[in-house]
Formats: sequence, structure tokens, C-alpha cells
Amino acid sequence: MATGDLCTVERRGRVHLITLTGAGEHRLNPALISAIRSAVAAARASPGAGALVMAAEGKFFCNGYDLAWARGDPSGRIAAVRAALRGLVADLLALPMPTVAAVTGHAAAAGCGLALAHDTVVMRASRGFLYMGEVDAGIKIIDYFGELLRQKVPDAATRRDLVMKGEKMTAAEAVRRGIVDLAVDGGVDDVVAAAVTIAEGLAARGWDGEIVAEIRKAAWPELWSKVKDYGCDAPSRPRL
Amino acid sequence: MCTLEQRGRVFVLTLTGDGEHRLGHPLIASLRSAVASVAAAAASAGPGTALVTVAEGRFFSNGLDIGWAGTSRPRLQELVDALRPLAADLLALPMPTVAAVTGHASAGGFLLALCHDYRVMRADRGVLYMSEIDIGLPLPPYFVAMFRAKITAANALRDVLLRGRKLRAAEAKEMGIVDAVCPGPAETAAEAIKLAEQLAARKWDGGVYASIRMSIFPEACKSVGIVEESDEEKRKHFASRL
Repeated sequence: MATGDLCTVERRGRVHLITLTGAGEHRLNPALISAIRSAVAAARASPGAGALVMAAEGKFFCNGYDLAWARGDPSGRIAAVRAALRGLVADLLALPMPTVAAVTGHAAAAGCGLALAHDTVVMRASRGFLYMGEVDAGIKIIDYFGELLRQKVPDAATRRDLVMKGEKMTAAEAVRRGIVDLAVDGGVDDVVAAAVTIAEGLAARGWDGEIVAEIRKAAWPELWSKVKDYGCDAPSRPRL
Repeated sequence: MCTLEQRGRVFVLTLTGDGEHRLGHPLIASLRSAVASVAAAAASAGPGTALVTVAEGRFFSNGLDIGWAGTSRPRLQELVDALRPLAADLLALPMPTVAAVTGHASAGGFLLALCHDYRVMRADRGVLYMSEIDIGLPLPPYFVAMFRAKITAANALRDVLLRGRKLRAAEAKEMGIVDAVCPGPAETAAEAIKLAEQLAARKWDGGVYASIRMSIFPEACKSVGIVEESDEEKRKHFASRL
């Protein structure tokens, strides 16, 4: 099953693998986020799916928001893409299975946030950075996104270096500082394979998916409270 | 009490003299005035500035002027209340800030160091020390908020606040409280200025930098009375930049 040419979806055993396709930067706009959210919803509905992996082709995992697209109508489009990403984060937090980000390339700004919104993060060792480029680009950070960073990067000095200093962190550095769980040698396929192996191991635990979702929301309660109204389960979704 | 100079893109605020640099009304007022000058100068200087706070003598600051307060609880509270806006001024400053901890930093002095984004400390003498537990004083809420924000390892926070542990620079670095350790005061000041120059060279928009600082340490900022911009205001800013 595919969701257009923006991302592909495949099953590998019990793992539901979403891959952002193409050699580009996988910049986030409503179209791409919608495709990803459909893929995530498909994982949720897929019988026997026990874990989710999010990966990407090419040099980039995700290089942030599609600013070229946003320029078309800055105020409206910034609001739209931010609400869409907020919804995707909510869907990932509420997903009834463990989630693994396979950071196969550069993950910047909103793309870095997307990676961190997963339970486990594996990252390519040989190339690619985590980079919170907002400080360099002169972009302020909105409340829920700040919450995501505070929850997932709890160490004050690390959070400061990543976000207030815009440090470009390699996988090895990110592992050392506790942001990434595993640095994987080799190419994109090796990183994906490692992520799938971890995901398969998590799926094999046979956890009740609803319990996984409830415990995750309980573990990051402030973040969940700030995104839950944007998720696919929200009783009334905000109009854009 | 304090002097302010500009060295290129770096503002250097010096607590002068060999004394303890006790935070009483006069020094707090001087510091606030100096920090306000820095903020004003930054506005005209444009993107790419930084602040270093350094001290002469054996002390960075030994805390609030409890000698002046004596046994008067109202006086002590006055000083606690007077320091809070200085903390707010530093947390809202539209540029990166570096504390060159060139001597002892106790209680309010330790807080002052923590109000900066980065800390460079001398190795040869001087400790970071929260004396309140030993003296028998409660911690003002904004003190607690700052320590909880900046010292996120639970056992480090416990050691500092609940055990009154006196930290030399090397230990403080290991605990993530200090970023760099230098042999003596001259090297510490030099390293702090060098770091400040590197940060200034990034040419960050000061308003954005301060906003991001607030996103990273929201509880500390709230506790000293800083009001964060709304998401809506941030979106308008983003839209104007596109």
C-alpha cells in the first residue's frame, strides 16, 4: 500500500514501516504530513501490527518545514503546517504500539522534533546531524514544541546546546548525551534494518497496544495535554 | 560596585573590589542599571552580542547581604524581592550570557551564576555552595525554580540544595552545572570572553534568542515574572520573517 508518492508503507513481519520517499529534504507541508498521518492511521488499523518505524530515503530524514510553500501565504500556512505537525505528534503519542524513528539522514528543526516524538530513536552514524536550526534562522518556538523538547531532552545543558546554541549533533554525540538511543554504522538500509530489528523485538513483547498508548501518554502528560486536541481521536478538531 | 565595558561584540560586567560582592540594595541596583544599559546597547548594536559577568577578588558573590538584613525577616525578604527582577533582567536579556565564576558563589551568588546561559569556573579555588540548608533559611520559590530548571540530574539537585554540598569547578563540570574549567581567574575570564565572542559571532537575533531561552526554561522565567509571548504573536513574527 502506498500513500501517493510522498511516503510508502510496508509490513516487515510485525513491523509497519513508513518511508518518506525521494532524494529531497522531505520538508513538512500539509500534503506530506497528511500522507504520513494516513500511513500512521493505516498502521493503527493493520491487523497484527506490533510496532511502527518511520524512516526516509536519501540524505535527509526531514529538514523542517516547507518554507518555500509557506511563503505563498505566510500567516495562514504557518498556522496550517504547525497544526498539522501537532496532530501528527498527537497521533504518534496515542499510537497503540511502540514507535521507532530511523533517522537515516539530517533531521532539522520540525524534522528533529518529529524524530524525538518517537519512543526510540536510532540514527545513522556516518552522516547526518540533529540540528535545531531555529535560533540560526530567527524562528521562535511555540509552546507545545518547547514542551516536546523539554520532555524528550530533559538534561538542561544538552537542551541548551541543542536548541539555544543550535549545535549540530552527530549520532555519536546524540547517543552520548542521551537524545538518541543507538548510532548505526553503514547506509540508509542499515539504519532501517536496525530500526526494524528493534521494532520487531518490541512487537515480540506482545504488549496490549491500548496499554502502550495509555502508559506513553501518562509518561509525557504535559506534552499529551498540549497536543491531544489536534490528534485524530480529538472530539472536535480545530478548523484551519 | 560594578563596571561595564564593551570589548567588540562582548559586554563585560565586572563586580569590582576584593569584597564578597554581597547582593544588597546598592549592588543589585548597580547591576540592574548595568544590565539595562547592555540591553539598550544591544538594541542599537544589532544581532551578534553577548554578555560576560565576572568578578574581582576571591568571591564571585557570597549571596544576599544578610549582614544588612541582620535578624530582620522583613529586610531579608526585601533583598529576596529585590534580586528577583535582576534575575528576570538576565533571563530576558536579548543575547547569550556567560558567567565567569572567578571565586566563591554562594546562595544568591550561585543563583546569579545560574541566571546566565553558560558558566566558566576557576579550578584552583572557590566553590559553588547553596548555604541555606546549613544556615536554616528556606529557599525563595524563584530560587527553587531556577535550580530545578538548570540542574536537572536529581542527585545533583539533591546534593546542591539538600546536602549543602560545596562544589569545586571540576565536580560542578561533571554534574553539568559548569561548562568549562580553567586554572585560575585570569584564564577563567579569558575563556568566558572567548566563549562569548564565539556565541556573538553566530549573529543571533537577540529577541529570538531570548524567546527561545524562555521556551527552554519556561518555569524559571515565569517564576521571576517574565511573561512569555503567545503562540499567535510568535506566528506573526515567523510570518513577517518569511
